[in-house]
Amino acid sequence: MNLLPLPDLLAVGAAIGRAVVLLLIVVLFAAYLSFIERRVLALWQDRYGPNRVGPFGIWQLPADVIKMLFKEDWIPPFADRLTFIIAPVIAMSALFISFVIVPVSPTWGVSDMNIGILFFMAMAGLTVYAVLFSGWSSNSKYALLGSLRSAAQTVSYEVFMGLSLMGVVAQTGSFNMRDIVEAQQGMWFIVPQFLGFVTFLMAAIAVTHRSPFDLPEAEQELGAGYHTEYAGMKWAMFFVGEYVGIVVVSALLTALFLGGWYGPGPEWLAGFWFSIKTLFFVMLFILLRAALPRPRYDHLMAAGWMVCLPLTLLNLLVTGAVLLMQ
Amino acid sequence: MGEKSGASTNGLPGSQHPVIAELFQRFGAARIQYQETLGAVPTVWVSRQDATAVLRYLRQAPKPYSMLLDLHGVDERLRRNRAGMPAADFTVFYHLLSIERNSDVRIKVALAANDLQLPTVTGIWPNANWYEREVWDLFGIEFKGHPHLVRLLMPRTWQGHPLRKDYPARATEFDPFTLDNAKQDLEQESLRFVPEEWGMARGTAHADYMFLNLGPNHPSAHGAFRIVLQLDGEEIVDCVPDIGYHHRGAEKMAERQSWHSYIPYTDRIDYLGGVMNNLAYVMAVEQLAGIQVPDRVKTIRIMMSEFFRITSHLLFLGTYIQDVGGMSPIFFIFTDRMKAYDVIEAITGGRMHPAWFRIGGVAHDLPEGWDKLVRDFVEWMPKRLDEYDKAALRNGILRSRTIGVAKYNSAQAIEWGVTGPGLRATGVDYDLRKARPYGGWENFEFEVPVANNGDAYDRAVLRLEEMRQSVKIIRQCLENMPAGPYKADHPLTTPPPKERTLADIETLISHFVGVSWGPVMPAGEACQLIEATKGINSYYLTSDAATMSYRTRIRTPSFPHLQQIPSVIRGGLVADLIAYLASIDFVMADVDR
Repeated sequence: MNLLPLPDLLAVGAAIGRAVVLLLIVVLFAAYLSFIERRVLALWQDRYGPNRVGPFGIWQLPADVIKMLFKEDWIPPFADRLTFIIAPVIAMSALFISFVIVPVSPTWGVSDMNIGILFFMAMAGLTVYAVLFSGWSSNSKYALLGSLRSAAQTVSYEVFMGLSLMGVVAQTGSFNMRDIVEAQQGMWFIVPQFLGFVTFLMAAIAVTHRSPFDLPEAEQELGAGYHTEYAGMKWAMFFVGEYVGIVVVSALLTALFLGGWYGPGPEWLAGFWFSIKTLFFVMLFILLRAALPRPRYDHLMAAGWMVCLPLTLLNLLVTGAVLLMQ
Repeated sequence: MGEKSGASTNGLPGSQHPVIAELFQRFGAARIQYQETLGAVPTVWVSRQDATAVLRYLRQAPKPYSMLLDLHGVDERLRRNRAGMPAADFTVFYHLLSIERNSDVRIKVALAANDLQLPTVTGIWPNANWYEREVWDLFGIEFKGHPHLVRLLMPRTWQGHPLRKDYPARATEFDPFTLDNAKQDLEQESLRFVPEEWGMARGTAHADYMFLNLGPNHPSAHGAFRIVLQLDGEEIVDCVPDIGYHHRGAEKMAERQSWHSYIPYTDRIDYLGGVMNNLAYVMAVEQLAGIQVPDRVKTIRIMMSEFFRITSHLLFLGTYIQDVGGMSPIFFIFTDRMKAYDVIEAITGGRMHPAWFRIGGVAHDLPEGWDKLVRDFVEWMPKRLDEYDKAALRNGILRSRTIGVAKYNSAQAIEWGVTGPGLRATGVDYDLRKARPYGGWENFEFEVPVANNGDAYDRAVLRLEEMRQSVKIIRQCLENMPAGPYKADHPLTTPPPKERTLADIETLISHFVGVSWGPVMPAGEACQLIEATKGINSYYLTSDAATMSYRTRIRTPSFPHLQQIPSVIRGGLVADLIAYLASIDFVMADVDR
């Protein structure tokens, strides 16, 4: 056996440790977001929200988890079993995995892939399979309609989501997230890439299926949409997957446009600044849900193709022209 | 009209009504038999052979009777007081309304028990379809030429016709209910939708349609309401609304409750309308009894009715915004409703269903300090309404979801029997409170909001404005509440004023009879139309000089509104249907009774 030298071994161990800690934080925070969202929404809507379990209701999540674990793991007899089980796994993991590209501080981060953004795009592209699989395998009409909507929604936002980030990539000259954050030391990309920021924000809401772009599960229209037939832990995976998505795209928005970990004060505050900025976007997502009605899905598609796509193309052209002139 | 009618018919009973005089002249007095009623609706009998011609004439006459307001039946077999009426075992009546004339007329057709059929009028008024199905369902009267005469309210598997007098009204008169597997399968099978039965194709040459059951349990169906959609993608090719899941037999119950004890049942017809339902009922009973109520009673009733118009419209607004995806306003709106209900509770003792109006008055006088509560409410409400306008109704996404969606014009609204905000949103200025004031509304200053596009957005904006007008009316009640008794001094007032009960024997006897057996209303027919929260609500009461009603027909606004759905939504998307359903503002209890 050819063991690595001890210092290297330690370094590998530390890297693995950090990665595990980071991902655990993400998934735990995402799970707790369900509770936070309910309390915050309640605050904005003049009511209490869940405040019974423990002080301020903080044990609501464990209570929910216990309830969920004890539910019967039920698969409808008319469903396609394998696909039905795979769908929530994809829903939970696709965006979760893409968190590995996010650098949280100068020293913390799971992986420094030089194809960072491309990796995220690939994973975001996979999320649609969760919805398609669940809608198809459920063998239920409402679920099918939900997944049809999702497919339509996906083709309209995927295109401009990719393009909206190309300005940032062009300015940095790299797909690597760490390079992108470091390129914002002087000025955050939200200023020169404002159009890119706005369009990516829209795409980010759509990719997480959050209100107002929650058409695939529009409860007033489709009951629960694509996950109508799910219950228990499999349903919970869809549920947590949605919150993981929020955390991941918020972290990406922070890293791509708000200067990542940069902020006033000493360097050890890097993680703090990163978290605060991410939290800002998370709250924005929740507030949007409280504030806006839901557009019709053909209006959403029209907005994607007729407004956002031309805007991102314009952004890319201008960025390219400016870079060439320099 | 006296000049218009010929000399031969001049002076005949009934010819004081222009429309009856017109019918006399057109068809001859021999073929039109006038019936005196206690209500304001002129009523004539025609033979079955003449029925279609008379109805068609009224539909096409100058200033036509374009709206079939109501169509139903009466089982006449046990009725004793039938003087001046042709022999009949069953009656079918048509209640027509002309908005241009602001007048209505009732046409009755007598039928013999061994020959229960007459021609359909679905070709004259499209909304006759459901009414005729209901009459078939509940009386077993057949309408020849009806496109699809099947049961409407009762399950397809039902035996018998419940509104017939020989059909028992009490569950105890039946064998105990059982449900075995075979019967359950049969019931479920009878609910399966068969497209061919409705003349629908299962697909085109290239693709199959999806048939989607929206309801009876669906978040946006607003109650137990099923609508079967024929979908091409998300486009609605056609649809079939299916009602009856909320049917409780309210009209049958009226035939075994005393005139007084039926009041709480009326609260539950339009369960968001509270005492507004009582109003139509007690006003019709007062017509039978010949009671004139004091001014204070009128003003109190108006104030409470307008309170319920506000709470009903508030719930509409909240669910409407929620149905297009805006989740927050409904929580604020429920706060407002609580404030309104607090006032209602302080005055009536009840909240949603106070059952507070009485024959000849109201249950109690206003409590001490009522004016402060009402004042607080009228000062609170308008600011909140402005907020909902700004935060929700002017939101761009909400407007894009509703403007131009589920649009219909005035002619379509009238031919489908649409009343209330749904009619006024098409530009027809027809509000019974103004058009033919009843119960004291003529003494108040308010406007009738009218919109022009007749789409889902206008219906919401219009209701918001109606709430402002209701607040205005309540404010006037507050400032001008007359003094005086809260009950009419009349032997049929129930319960009667107590003051003289122990002073003289006559009052004691009538008091005792009124609160034990219930009052005996003089024989006759009365009908009161009111502008309820959702449109025109009417109670058509037939008394056979007994302690209980012989027949109570409740015309509810939501029923025709649902029948209109397919004609409006064809070609729309599922999302449009949801916005449309929300904009109708129906409750299933009001549809099914």
